[in-house]
Amino acid sequence: MDGLSRAHSSLGGRIQPDRVHGSLYTDPDLFEWEMENIWHRVWVYVGHESEVAKPNDFIVKTIGRQPVIMTRDRDGKVHLLLNRCTHRGNQVCSADKGNSRSFTCPYHSWTFANDGRLMGYAFADGYEGKDKSQLGLGRVPRVATHKGFVFGSFAEEGPTLEEHLGGAIETIDRLVRTSPEGEVEITAGFLKHRTKANWKFVLENECDGYHPAFVHQSIFNVAESGIGSLYGAESTAVTRDYGNGHTEVDLRPEFRRIGQPLGWFGTNPARLPDYVSKMRAAYGEEKANEIMIDGTPHVMIFPNLFIAEIQIFVIQPIAVDEVVQHSTALQFKGAPDLNRRMRQQTMGSVGPAGLLLADDTEMYERNQRGIAVRRPEWVFLGRGTHRERRDADGFRIGHSTDEVPSRGIWRHYQGLMEAAP
Amino acid sequence: MSVPSDRAALMWDVQQFVFREARLQDDHEYAAWDELWTDDGVYWIPANTADGTEVDPEREMSILYDNRSRIRLRVKQLLTGRRHTQEPKSQLRRIIGNIEILSVDEPDVRVGANSIIFESSIRDDTTWAARNEYVLRYGEDGLRMAYKKVTLANNNRAIFTLSFLV
Repeated sequence: MDGLSRAHSSLGGRIQPDRVHGSLYTDPDLFEWEMENIWHRVWVYVGHESEVAKPNDFIVKTIGRQPVIMTRDRDGKVHLLLNRCTHRGNQVCSADKGNSRSFTCPYHSWTFANDGRLMGYAFADGYEGKDKSQLGLGRVPRVATHKGFVFGSFAEEGPTLEEHLGGAIETIDRLVRTSPEGEVEITAGFLKHRTKANWKFVLENECDGYHPAFVHQSIFNVAESGIGSLYGAESTAVTRDYGNGHTEVDLRPEFRRIGQPLGWFGTNPARLPDYVSKMRAAYGEEKANEIMIDGTPHVMIFPNLFIAEIQIFVIQPIAVDEVVQHSTALQFKGAPDLNRRMRQQTMGSVGPAGLLLADDTEMYERNQRGIAVRRPEWVFLGRGTHRERRDADGFRIGHSTDEVPSRGIWRHYQGLMEAAP
Repeated sequence: MSVPSDRAALMWDVQQFVFREARLQDDHEYAAWDELWTDDGVYWIPANTADGTEVDPEREMSILYDNRSRIRLRVKQLLTGRRHTQEPKSQLRRIIGNIEILSVDEPDVRVGANSIIFESSIRDDTTWAARNEYVLRYGEDGLRMAYKKVTLANNNRAIFTLSFLV
């Protein structure tokens, strides 16, 4: 079968408006097609410019299962290079990160500049008449950045990053406003949480507002946390489908109703006076208050960047039943007192020992085992279809506990998987 | 109580304490384990240090970096019976070995040890290996733990959920 008919037959009615077939989480062939039709095609989040802050910094990331070296060359330009020697395919970089002008393959000592050019090879007389310029490192064909967030696409052509982000671009703009200097930094290092589940369980859960009251009941019961009520039946928060697979739980209606600056962060201006005065100086009193009441977004940028108010997660698919969740605290430029609290709260809540995320991850793994059971074959995603509506911008929204996000993800997924390769 | 001047007696106290802590962790005796800590206790499981990289827990992410109140919160969460990742609980057996007295600074004793933990959970069986460093403090009722740092041998790689007491 050619790729097109394979793609069509692979879905074969497994995605319907309010239900999807369980095999979408367990089918190993489908996982391979997802690599080609999603991960090697759409814009995938790779890293943040602040992770390669200085000239010659590099850090190893992934796009799908492809290892990518994100470098900053000596002139400051960011490159996404593939970690494979063009000679015989050895890994050229075995460090996780560092600072280097070049990468030397340990096998036969071919040396590449951090912009990908082949600088030289050992015993060069053996390559007389060969064109070095054709033997540079492979690279991700398209690289684009929004507010410091670096995305890569393996597709030579296609929608621009702005077109891909669509309406969700506003959530990133909303995020960076929480810095008095308008910039986010990713400088606190990542926790890496290995998870025996399909990546789409993670993707869907990030904006599932139905589960917190149950999965996180244990911590809500013992910690003084206001998070629980945001996801209750009485909540005025909304779920939103931005299209292109991007989804959000928009908590602003609740934060605005409460009207407390920094209430979204479980604190108040008296406890972060330096931050508050910097925000007022930067934006003016009224605008600063508005920003500090609204807080940061809870948005899942398809397919792999989850901005979760105080931290980010990056989803890395490993196999049909395995995914790694990378998580770190958001850091806002010019806000050291805010950042300290960001790190403390993030460390407590996420990662392998997190008071929140260890329970989410338990659900992902149980879901992976449960979904393999033969009857019934379907996942029911019909919560809130009767009250789904459009917001002023035309995006689908629903109650904070409704399955608007999952339905939006699957609608986009179907389009990508059924598209011609 | 002060630090025993007899080295064998000191080692006896330290071993008994460390073995008891290990048993309370293996047996999920959360409240009794919580009692082992001093009021200023710090419980630290760093990330991204196993290859020798230095990480400042005040600046960078750790798998766990609990002050005394967060240790208590963690224990309270486990005691709710609704900490899903530990219901059913991991079945655990660990060996603490290579115990060394690293230094004595009255009333504190710095101790190093290795640990191997076998975990059987509903996901699968997992083996963990770690270097442990403790500060044990002599007080009125014997030794308590003022500091415990657990450096997992694979803490720079992606690791499974670690929700039991390590």
